[in-house]
Amino acid sequence: MGAGRLGAPMERHGRASATSVSSGGEQAAGGPEGRRQEPLRRRASSASVPAVGASVEGARRDRLGSYSGPTSVSRQRVESLRKKRPQLLLAFISFSLLFPLRLPMSKSFFPWFGLDIGGTLVKLVYFEPKDITAEEEEEEVESLKSIRKYLTSNVAYGSTGIRDVHLELKDLTLCGRKGNLHFIRFPTHDMPAFIQMGRDKNFSSLHTVFCATGGGAYKFEQDFLTIGDLQLCKLDELDCLIKGILYIDSVGFNGRSQCYYFENPADSEKCQKLPFDLKNPYPLLLVNIGSGVSILAVYSKDNYKRVTGTSLGGGTFFGLCCLLTGCTTFEEALEMASRGDSTKVDKLVRDIYGGDYERFGLPGWAVASSFGNMMSKEKREAVSKEDLARATLITITNNIGSIARMCALNENINQVVFVGNFLRINTIAMRLLAYALDYWSKGQLKALFSEHEGYFGAVGALLELLKIP
Amino acid sequence: MAECGASGSGSSGDSLDKSITLPPDEIFRNLENAKRFAIDIGGSLTKLAYYSTVQHKVAKVRSFDHSGKDTERDHEPPYEISVQEEITARLHFIKFENTYIEACLDFIKDHLVNTETKVIQATGGGAYKFKDLIEEKLRLKVDKEDVMTCLIKGCNFVLKNIPHEAFVYQKDSDPEFRFQTNHPHIFPYLLVNIGSGVSIVKVETEDRFEWVGGSSIGGGTFWGLGALLTKTKKFDELLHLASRGQHSNVDMLVRDVYGGAHQTLGLSGNLIASSFGKSATADQEFSKEDMAKSLLHMISNDIGQLACLHARLHSLDRVYFGGFFIRGHPVTMRTITYSINFFSKGEVQALFLRHEGYLGAIGAFLKGAEQDNPNQYSWGENYAGSSGLMSTSPELGPAQRARSGTFDLLEMDRLERPLVNLPLLLDPPSYVPDTVDLTDDALARKYWLTCFEEALDGVVKRAVASQPDSVDAAERAEKFRQKYWNKLQTLRQQPFAYGTLTVRSLLDTREHCLNEFNFPDPYSKVKQRENGVALRCFPGVVRSLDTLGWEERQLALVKGLLAGNVFDWGAKAVSDVLESDPYFGFEEAKRKLQERPWLVDSYSEWLQRLKGPPHKCALIFADNSGIDIILGVFPFVRELLLRGTEVILACNSGPALNDVTHGESLIVAERIAGMDPVVHSALREERLLLVQTGSSSPCLDLSRLDKGLAALVRERGADLVVIEGMGRAVHTNYHAALCCESLKLAVIKNAWLAERLGGRLFSVIFKYEVPAE
Repeated sequence: MGAGRLGAPMERHGRASATSVSSGGEQAAGGPEGRRQEPLRRRASSASVPAVGASVEGARRDRLGSYSGPTSVSRQRVESLRKKRPQLLLAFISFSLLFPLRLPMSKSFFPWFGLDIGGTLVKLVYFEPKDITAEEEEEEVESLKSIRKYLTSNVAYGSTGIRDVHLELKDLTLCGRKGNLHFIRFPTHDMPAFIQMGRDKNFSSLHTVFCATGGGAYKFEQDFLTIGDLQLCKLDELDCLIKGILYIDSVGFNGRSQCYYFENPADSEKCQKLPFDLKNPYPLLLVNIGSGVSILAVYSKDNYKRVTGTSLGGGTFFGLCCLLTGCTTFEEALEMASRGDSTKVDKLVRDIYGGDYERFGLPGWAVASSFGNMMSKEKREAVSKEDLARATLITITNNIGSIARMCALNENINQVVFVGNFLRINTIAMRLLAYALDYWSKGQLKALFSEHEGYFGAVGALLELLKIP
Repeated sequence: MAECGASGSGSSGDSLDKSITLPPDEIFRNLENAKRFAIDIGGSLTKLAYYSTVQHKVAKVRSFDHSGKDTERDHEPPYEISVQEEITARLHFIKFENTYIEACLDFIKDHLVNTETKVIQATGGGAYKFKDLIEEKLRLKVDKEDVMTCLIKGCNFVLKNIPHEAFVYQKDSDPEFRFQTNHPHIFPYLLVNIGSGVSIVKVETEDRFEWVGGSSIGGGTFWGLGALLTKTKKFDELLHLASRGQHSNVDMLVRDVYGGAHQTLGLSGNLIASSFGKSATADQEFSKEDMAKSLLHMISNDIGQLACLHARLHSLDRVYFGGFFIRGHPVTMRTITYSINFFSKGEVQALFLRHEGYLGAIGAFLKGAEQDNPNQYSWGENYAGSSGLMSTSPELGPAQRARSGTFDLLEMDRLERPLVNLPLLLDPPSYVPDTVDLTDDALARKYWLTCFEEALDGVVKRAVASQPDSVDAAERAEKFRQKYWNKLQTLRQQPFAYGTLTVRSLLDTREHCLNEFNFPDPYSKVKQRENGVALRCFPGVVRSLDTLGWEERQLALVKGLLAGNVFDWGAKAVSDVLESDPYFGFEEAKRKLQERPWLVDSYSEWLQRLKGPPHKCALIFADNSGIDIILGVFPFVRELLLRGTEVILACNSGPALNDVTHGESLIVAERIAGMDPVVHSALREERLLLVQTGSSSPCLDLSRLDKGLAALVRERGADLVVIEGMGRAVHTNYHAALCCESLKLAVIKNAWLAERLGGRLFSVIFKYEVPAE
């Protein structure tokens, strides 16, 4: 998948090196929990009121109110937003008075971006309108045109940006416009370069709003403002994640199913990836594996809660692999893992009990102690880097599966959807998750996956943008 | 924790001489009589268990043959004391590094006289590895026992039998250890054993438990992955590295993801977003310490999270943690505690066990001893023979470690009779016997430790004096002094060594040490003399009480009870006064008492109550021998009997200080019955019953009382409990809530304590309590 198709022409030859995996839930171990339905509902209801613009501010006010109150910085921000807004707002109100139904948006709204700035990766979705009239084309400002051309005619940006061409959603109708949705990612540490590019390409002249989610929306907000002269509209990452998933699932994957599962995941011969129709999505346990992991219980479109999270996520896998094997890319780490043997590194139940541990019903092949064999000097000397990479992958994956299973039991949910960029090109992990969930739950739990793994937060952010006048 | 010496003094032992001579006095005690062995061999520590019998001297009292009043002569003692040998059962547990295993087996072989033993129960990962060695050395057949079964059996045993076994650990508070009072119902609970992997077991009854889950990320992961990352081989060293590291250099924190905005969002910036998230780079070196720390957090958080998820799924709030990852390591106890608090939002407490390291050995032993039914007995931790918590902790510098070095000991005495809760406790789970927690109260701790140190000379002298005919008394007394002194020093450093430090535990430790060196009853002679003197005064005291009017008499009776408590009657000056004019001494004591109103004074309520209907049955816990029991308690008992109240008089099973023992009380009662028809008929008609408490402590733990006493209390429907004396009514039980009326009375004979309570020397506590309806 993904990186495998990078043979497509690139503008610059810089090899794709998505340094890592990430997505939304980086607060992992922490983060405000509890049901979020309250602010969501409010937002959802306000969204149906013409003055949509208020909803964003309203949401922001909710945020501020529920925490320590507006600081001088955030007040400035809100005020500056208000100053910039009146024209747009007026335009929109008059618009919506004339046309109560959603109508083709004003051209001045392009470009449509959704941004998810995670701990490791930035995910960017870009809607490329394909129904641009000649008139529009003519009026399209140069900067906008150049952005469109730049993004759609390349598959790699700089040395680290990648467009996941295989994920592109074609002929999508979004807010009455037809076009293609592009999925682009680059490492978070290149964020300054991205902001610089925005400045160079004169984004600020477009009078657009940048909808961004993920922790980086907060971290880089000031840089966007001071360097790029861009006002970020910051969005809750979990809200965006859910909205993104529900939306993407509803539009499918260019005629194919978005959601899938594995049949016979443990058997490399018989293992099959099969489409899954998520027709009854609720309740749903959503496990988002980015640098860290967030686990959400979703009861309906607007009713969900963050159940828990763990700091042992994709970042841990890749971080430990770098330390243990000296690898430099996620792809490399996975490639090594695919060639390794984790049973040389891990202590299995059979290594301790000679076979199954019947007293507790544990099969001999189960891992008793991850890296347990590495307590012995001889065994440390006998393992390869590939073995270590494999063991790291198995350890992290099993642990996520185990926590997800416990959450599913506690929440009484039996379908579990795993998303996030840790799963990108990571069939080993997906199959292991599928198998572990099935085995330990005695067939009660089903592990589901989604083609657009890591991009849901960004999609959710884009959808929010479209609500803004 | 002390940074010093942690790396060197760890439990490595690689370089230690394996032919080390073991100090038999201290390590493998009572091996001659040992039968039934069990061994638990872990990755680095071996735990050996054996059952043995201990022969020690006990002072028995026996009435002289006499057939009537005419045999009474003025200066004859009221009964004779004979020192007898008694055999009691004891469990010995020894924990040592695997390095010593061969030396230890040789030692056992050489000293094992009893040859009845044919098998040794073995458990732990190393049992297989050392099977041949054990069979060859000891000529015992190795019977392998299931690890988890042993662990759980052991866990049940310590939770039932050792007070203050479980504790919560709070790194930055004082005290760091908070011991839990034993819950009368230990089931159900969750046991999270963190060995090389993690096993989570739900324990529902003595025999029913279930593996509910586990994780492969455990101690072996910390050790194995840690060794790979830091090139540090030993577990203890890895922990030490971790304790010095900064995980924020390696982990991606929330603040790294959110920038400064986490504050406005109400997120804690220090939370870990992604463990090792910052190490995903090729061009940066990370320190060993930082990586070890990050690894420790990662593993502890993960285990804590899983434990919380399981606790929640099974609706359990008691979660005990054990296994080598935890064992005596403040670092891991801290991180696990943090994780549990975080993930359960404070709803689940991480509990640790003082004898966690012994669980497997205890369980294996119990498995082998099933035919002896060890679970039908009550057992008590012997403070004299047990090393305290953390005695061999690698965290402590060599100076702080027990003298026995790498050998850690636990001894449990089998109690003659099972102990149970007093049925009259209002809420057994919340009952705490002790009034002041000296682990908590540093000022009080300092005072009492000094107080016990200063009293040590006197105790030694009395011990020697109690055995004038023994040639080695002085030598043994000196050993006693050394042992108890060392215990006190240990407790100064580690007040948490034996659970919550209290005046009671200090007193009990002293009794255990005295017994250890065959001073079963240093006060026997003093008590004998005082009982004799007091008995002679009894008729006069009763006569004078009988001349008083009813109301006057009630006050005189209470004052009599208190007067018995005034002096330390063991003091020679007091004895002299008593010898010459005992009646004068008793009156003198009454005059010493604080005038009413007393420091705590609910006498008026008590008097009012007495005007009402008689109590059905009174349970009285007596204090001292001599004046106290004979001239204070018995007249009071007599008055209750005359009112139509039955009386259960509970005295200690074994000697402690000058407290009256059950044996003595029987003789005293018999003698009084000979002089007094009221007592005589009450004894005959079983309206006055003399029972033993099951204890040999100067204090009183109402949650560990003789089963027979408890049964009697229930049967007779006791509706009044009288507790007298400082040890029983002030140091302990001052706040004890009962579900019937109670009287707690004492004279404060310690100036410091009197001041603490807002009074002065000889202040009187008279606390009459009626439970709220």
